[in-house]
Parts: sequence; structure tokens; C-alpha cells
Amino acid sequence: MPPVAGWLDDLDAVARQSLAFFANRPVVLNLARLAPDRNETNAIIDALKIRNIRVIAVEGVDPAWLDPSLAPLGSGKESGKVVDFPGARAPAQPRAAASSRGSSIIDRPVRSGQTIFHPEGDVIVLGSVSSGAEVIAGGSVHVYGTLRGRALAGATGNPGALIFCRKFQAELVSIDGSYMTAEQTPPDLIGKPVQIRLKNDAIVTDILD
Amino acid sequence: MGTVIVVTSGKGGVGKTTSSAAIGAALAQTGDSVALVDFDVGLRNLDLVLGAERRVVYDFVNVIQGQAKLSQALIRDKRIETLHLLAASQTRDKDALTEEGVEDVVGSLRETFDWVICDSPAGIERGAILAMRHADMAIVVTNPEVSSVRDSDRIIGLLDARTRRTEQGEAMEKHVLITRFDPTRAARGDMLAIDDVLEILSLPLIGIVPESQSVLKASNIGMPVVLADPSSDSARAYADAARRIKGESVDLAVPTVRRSLFGGLFRRAA
Repeated sequence: MPPVAGWLDDLDAVARQSLAFFANRPVVLNLARLAPDRNETNAIIDALKIRNIRVIAVEGVDPAWLDPSLAPLGSGKESGKVVDFPGARAPAQPRAAASSRGSSIIDRPVRSGQTIFHPEGDVIVLGSVSSGAEVIAGGSVHVYGTLRGRALAGATGNPGALIFCRKFQAELVSIDGSYMTAEQTPPDLIGKPVQIRLKNDAIVTDILD
Repeated sequence: MGTVIVVTSGKGGVGKTTSSAAIGAALAQTGDSVALVDFDVGLRNLDLVLGAERRVVYDFVNVIQGQAKLSQALIRDKRIETLHLLAASQTRDKDALTEEGVEDVVGSLRETFDWVICDSPAGIERGAILAMRHADMAIVVTNPEVSSVRDSDRIIGLLDARTRRTEQGEAMEKHVLITRFDPTRAARGDMLAIDDVLEILSLPLIGIVPESQSVLKASNIGMPVVLADPSSDSARAYADAARRIKGESVDLAVPTVRRSLFGGLFRRAA
């Protein structure tokens, strides 16, 4: 067996640090340099499947070993394969698209150590988000109490996502990977109702009144 | 059927054991039967605070492992006859407590006593989870400072996820007990305000126990503060908390700095 165990460990480490890293992201696997046999190929594909990583094509192995749905995308040969990318990063996605896929309503405080992870749409928290708690949404994050922990909006690749809170005291806010720590937060924002958005890959904050 | 209360906090040194002993004693003083259970296997302290350390023959682990009957291991307090202690083992570690063993012991205690008070170890690991597992009510002990409040918040999240009651979809009564409150430092703004603590934890308050010498003294002589110094502010705060646990409505005031008119005059004159 090729040395994939260590590679899978690294992959798990990435997935742990960034929970939404592989969510909704189609992956093409190129095994040419590994040169696995048929069983090894299937073992690798299964290992990715149980991690909910969506493999849409495999290259660099004999296509006859593969399930037809995993046929190579091209590699120079003719390929009529059309791949449907639902939820994948699309350029200039309209802002409203983020909330159209169903939102998740949390009707209790999000306590320290808890993570709310909702890659499909908005997260609406009716209570507060404590220091040391984390809310990760594919869409926007709405907090009707005090945001003291972390809020990560557009985590599956949506620069149009927004973060709102009634009282801002966040440790970290992030939209589509761009982030602002508590240290970088303008002091006049603290304790105010705030909206956070992304403009030219930079976090922009507005006080709502 | 009695009520099982877990006294927990996440952080160590905030006053879980002192509070367990004081609330247990205060409840027992009202005539209710109380069993105090020390879950801090390996670091037992509750026996010391109750002054029962020289009377421990069998402990919690002995009962779980079938080496003693529960009735043999329970130690009756010499001062309040409705107060009982099930001591932790000092020579074992927390792995000696099994899930089934804890369930059996807490289940039998619940049948015999009006109140079963589980003194949780610090941390969020196995010992703390076992202590909260079968509770009907939780008392979250917090000091008015940020690290304690954050750890308490973490524990409240676990109470919502890992107790038997919440797993069965039933509500769990949770209260905050603020201990080591120092009115002088609070007046100077060196401490988190009570309102801020409650806003962060969003749970009802069951009592505010001021930091005091009488609590420390009481622990050192092996007496719950409600017995050692019943007229002290701390003892009264615990006694009031016990009445609130029993469902009575008792007014709750934030302790303030007491300064007599004459004291002020004399100081100024000098």
C-alpha cells in the first residue's frame, strides 16, 4: 500500500481546523504519481468517501477500475463528462443566494466550547454566542444576543455572506476566509449592533442603529 | 423519590466542595435527609470539610466494586443527624467509577434521601460527566472573574448535552451560585459585575456568597460554615440558597461594603 495513511492524517488535521474546508467542494483525485493497484485505488476513494469528501473524478489510474461516475475529466483524451457543481464557489454569486438554501435557527445560547456548523445556509441564533463558542455558516450569521465568540459566515465559499449581531464583542469574525480578530476591531464597535460584510476581500464593519 | 443535585463549575478552586458541604448542611438543618457524594476520586476533600476524615472506612469505589454495602459506607454526621456522606476514594483514580456503578449508587440514594448532592471534580472529563449524569438539578458555582465564568459556560453546555435528563428531552433546572464575591473589589470595578455574570451565563441566580474568613476557618476546622459561624454573611447566603432550592422565595441582595457612620467619622477625625 502506498503511504497514504500519513496523508489522510494530514487531511483530517486540515478538516479539523477548517470544518467547512471540503463541504460542497467537488474534488478531482490524481493518483498518477502514487501508481496504486485496483484495490488500493478503491481503498483511497472509500477513505475519502467516509470523510464526506466528494470525489467527482479520478485521474491517473485505469478508468476500467472505476465506477463510471468517477471517470477521468479529460487528461487530454476526449471526454463528454458534464459535472454538476451544486453549491460550489461561483463567481459573483448574488448576495441573497446564501440564505435561499434553508436556515438553521438556534433558540438557546451557544455556550463556550460548542460549535454550530451549518454549511447549507444561514444560522440564526436567538440568544448569545459565548466567548469560546463558534458559529459557522455557509450563508450569513445572525445573532440576536451578544456575539462574544467567533462567527464564520460564507464558510463554504460565499463572499456575499454577512454577519449581524445586536451587541458586538466578538473574538473573531470571518467571511469567506477573510477575518478580523478582536485586536483588529475598531473600539467604537464594541457593544454596538453591527453588520459585517466583505468588500474587495476585506472585512468592512457598519454600526446599525 | 429525592432530588439529585450536581454542584459543578468546570474550573477548580471556585468553591464547589465548600458549597456542597454548606448547602447540604443547610438543607439537612431544615429536617430533610441529605446524602453528600464526593465524586472527586483521587483528590477527596469533602470528608475534610465535614470533619469526617477519620471516620471513613468504606468509600464510593468500594461500594461500586461490591466490597461494601452502601449502608456501610455512608457516614452520618455527628452534629446534624439527617446529613450523610459517601466519601471518595483517595487511593484510586476516576476510572474506578463505572457508568453502571454510579447509576446504581445514585439510584439507591435517591430512593432513601430527600436530597442527593453530587460534589463534582473540576474539569470537563469523565469524573465531571459522571457526577452530572443523573442530576435533576445543577448548581453551577462561579467566581465573578472571566476564566471562571467561561468555564462555567462550558459546563452548562455539557449539562445541556450529557445528562440523562436532557438526553431524554426533559428540562434540567440549572442555577448559578456566585462565590468568593468581594464587595470592596466589586465597588472598585476590579471584578465582573453580578449582572454581567448572569448575562453571560443566562441562568437564574440562587445565591451570592461573599468572600470571607469565616468560610476558610470553617473548612479548616472541618465544619460547614452554616454550623461553624451561622450568623456570618456567608452562612446566611448558603442558608438562603438552600431555602431557594426547596422552592421558597427569598429576597436576594447583592452584598455591599458595610461602613458604619461612626467608623467613617472616626477615621476622618484621626
